[in-house]
Amino acid sequence: MNAPSVQSELARQHVIDPEICIRCNTCEEMCPVKAISHDARNYVVNFEICSWCNACIGPCPTGAIDNIRNVRKDQPYSLADQLGWDVLPGFTEYDNMAVGSATTEVPDEVQRITDVATAGQGGQALAPWSASHPYVNLYGPNNPVTATVSGNYRLTAEGASSAIHHVVLDFGTTPFPVLEGQSIGIIPPGTDANGKPHLLRMYSVASPREGERPGYNNLALTVKRVTEDHDGKPSMGVCSNYVCDLKKGDQVQVTGPYGTTFLMPNHPGASIMMICTGTGSAPMRAMTERRRRRMNQKEGGELMLFFGARTREELPYLGPLQQLPKDFIDINFAFSRTPDQPKQYVQDLIRARADKVAAMLADDNCFIYICGLKGMETGVLEAFSDICRARGMDWETLRPALLKKARFHVETY
Amino acid sequence: MAINYDERIPNNVELSSNKTLQRALEQWQPSYLDWWREMGPDNSTNYDVYLRTAISVEPNGWAHFDYVKMPEYRWGIFLAPGEQNKKITFGDHKGDDVWQEVPGEYRSTLRRIIVTQGDTEPASVEQQRHLGLTAPSLYDLRNLFQVNVEEGRHLWAMVYLLHAHFGRDGREEGEALLERRSGDADNPRILTAFNEKTPDWLSFFMFTFATDRDGKYQLASLAESAFDPLARTCKFMLIEEAHHLFVGEQGVSRIIQRTCEVMNELKTDDPAKLRAAGVIDLPTLQKYLNFHFSVTSDLYGAEISSNAATYYTTGLKGRFEETKLADDHKLDNSEYEVMDVAGDRILSRHVPALTALNERLRDDWVTDIQSGVSRWNRVPEKLGVNFKFTLPHKGFHRKIGMFADVHVAPDGRLLSEAEWTHQHKNWLPSEEDRLFVHSLMGSCLEPGKYANWIAAPNRGINNKPIDFEYVRFN
Repeated sequence: MNAPSVQSELARQHVIDPEICIRCNTCEEMCPVKAISHDARNYVVNFEICSWCNACIGPCPTGAIDNIRNVRKDQPYSLADQLGWDVLPGFTEYDNMAVGSATTEVPDEVQRITDVATAGQGGQALAPWSASHPYVNLYGPNNPVTATVSGNYRLTAEGASSAIHHVVLDFGTTPFPVLEGQSIGIIPPGTDANGKPHLLRMYSVASPREGERPGYNNLALTVKRVTEDHDGKPSMGVCSNYVCDLKKGDQVQVTGPYGTTFLMPNHPGASIMMICTGTGSAPMRAMTERRRRRMNQKEGGELMLFFGARTREELPYLGPLQQLPKDFIDINFAFSRTPDQPKQYVQDLIRARADKVAAMLADDNCFIYICGLKGMETGVLEAFSDICRARGMDWETLRPALLKKARFHVETY
Repeated sequence: MAINYDERIPNNVELSSNKTLQRALEQWQPSYLDWWREMGPDNSTNYDVYLRTAISVEPNGWAHFDYVKMPEYRWGIFLAPGEQNKKITFGDHKGDDVWQEVPGEYRSTLRRIIVTQGDTEPASVEQQRHLGLTAPSLYDLRNLFQVNVEEGRHLWAMVYLLHAHFGRDGREEGEALLERRSGDADNPRILTAFNEKTPDWLSFFMFTFATDRDGKYQLASLAESAFDPLARTCKFMLIEEAHHLFVGEQGVSRIIQRTCEVMNELKTDDPAKLRAAGVIDLPTLQKYLNFHFSVTSDLYGAEISSNAATYYTTGLKGRFEETKLADDHKLDNSEYEVMDVAGDRILSRHVPALTALNERLRDDWVTDIQSGVSRWNRVPEKLGVNFKFTLPHKGFHRKIGMFADVHVAPDGRLLSEAEWTHQHKNWLPSEEDRLFVHSLMGSCLEPGKYANWIAAPNRGINNKPIDFEYVRFN
């Protein structure tokens, strides 16, 4: 093989280790796209068909399935190659090369949005060790899944200056597995000013993994109607207005799921600190709801929420949040535009609860999630920094340590 | 299809909508837990074990890993998702809709099939209950416990079917499943192989390799059943069963590897020297294989069986991978070759395929087990040791079927009683062999440490390192 001139000629190939595989057929049974087959000797994965949904990974009893080789796109290991293996082929020079973005499954716009959203983390994030294994990229812009709107409710008061909607999408019989913290893409219908189809927009899932309604193949989104741009100039968001105007029974083109790191820990005793503003509450609602539904399991671990909005009327999910037991979740609301009250931001409340925040920062079982407008990021990080300094800790050394343990997750936009 | 954990019995069968059934199972649950405490793994109730628990039947939900105390394991009732308009794929009812309820005329037969399958599940937990005291590593201990809790769940699956579809009889059978005891002279388990002891870890690995593989083939043929709840139950159980096969195949493979390593270090193949060095010589491993292969072979029943034919024509039990086979799926006019003993010769003859279904399933199992043995053989080959494991002849050491009344050598020769008496200890583990293997068993429970007679695995569970603390003893 000649070395490829550009990395985009490379692709990742999913292969099965014939030395470890016990030929139990579980992967073949599990594969939703029938990419896995076998003969009397080996189980093999068809490079052309495998969609990287990873449905085979968890169920494999041996781990044999969890192997990847970088290959030239035009020269993957064929089925005949794989059927003849007694051992996996060794790594090649390609395995040391990054596979070019042109070959990744994640659509470019998803990658771009994600890069911007996670910039505040200050480094590469990992999923918590006890997070469940996420599915990603089951559906792309070329093969979106059609979901049906089964509910659309305005969450904020009618008079409030921002209109935030709770939208429930039902996937019928099409598999669309998501975890709390993941996002989906929505492709608005029609074309843009240049006559091209609209790019997809990403929305965090606001419901837990088993559905907005348990046992149903549905999920919820928290979507704010965008009527002005970041600088405050009037601007109607194409997708948000489309989504907020959806009626029950309407059909929506959905891609995803996306997101492999902003995922909740699942082990008993895990604490979660959630800091959000506005629709950044979507993943927090998903995680809180997940924990609420499992409350009777008494798994322990604290939930602490810092939630900012301009006024009470603009805070989504205010009512249900207030009804949660105090020993289940420690809620701190910050309102920045309440008449006759001093402006209060989430970072002010974080400072006010400095002792507990510091203890949680120091606790390896505590995982921290920040989601909301970019504007909140600086203030929150400064608050962390101050709290650390006052206690002889150094935020600049703590943050990389948190990242390494997958305890610090930021998504801001 | 999510599993509802808010109820006392996690399930995806909408148990809460059938209050009578729910109450019946809720009454059975405490008896089950009593049984687990009495007959489950010794002294293990307070351990935190890194276990896989099904939290839904979808691919992403059924392999959920976490520390669990075994009595708190979420045993529940999970059926593989149903298919709409599913049709019966074989037998006289081929092409009809599958049954959601038990047809009256097949009631007692189906009940017997389910009870027989169900009885093996608690039996194997009982057989293995003392093994935890001599685990060769934390990793292996965890694997043992995983197998145990899943056998427990399989019992739940069968008891659900009995309670849901067989009324009072079913409930009584559910109680009886908790009352029989493996190896008990007065109230033994139904099948002979499940009354044998599992006295040491080599036996455990051989058992999971050979006998749990019988489980795989029985479940796979029941997963074709016209009785849809049984088919869907077995389909989900099969996925769990794969781990048990892995434990056995990989366990023996690691023993072979360790022995070959020591053979190379000491430059010897003398069993006495190898035993002195604390590893199990390969000929002894071959004897254990012969034993477990032959005892498990008997579980398939007689070569010619009218019961098996009836199960098939009535749609109760299909063949392995029934829908992938290209024939008429009725078998009225086909034949199958079986072995027979005629005087002093073993020959083969053609019989109606319907009556030979036991033999056919046994043959499918033999093919599968042979490929496992071939994979074992790669280990000595790779390490430059000249030794090949082989499966004995199908007639060797059989207690059921054509060969029950004769003696057959591993190579297929018919033997006289005197020859058998004289030679069988060369082929089956002797008391001395068993004592030796037993002498190696001792607990080795430091994370990352493995007993001298077994190699470390080449990867951990769920991508955890091999020195991960798979069990915490508290």
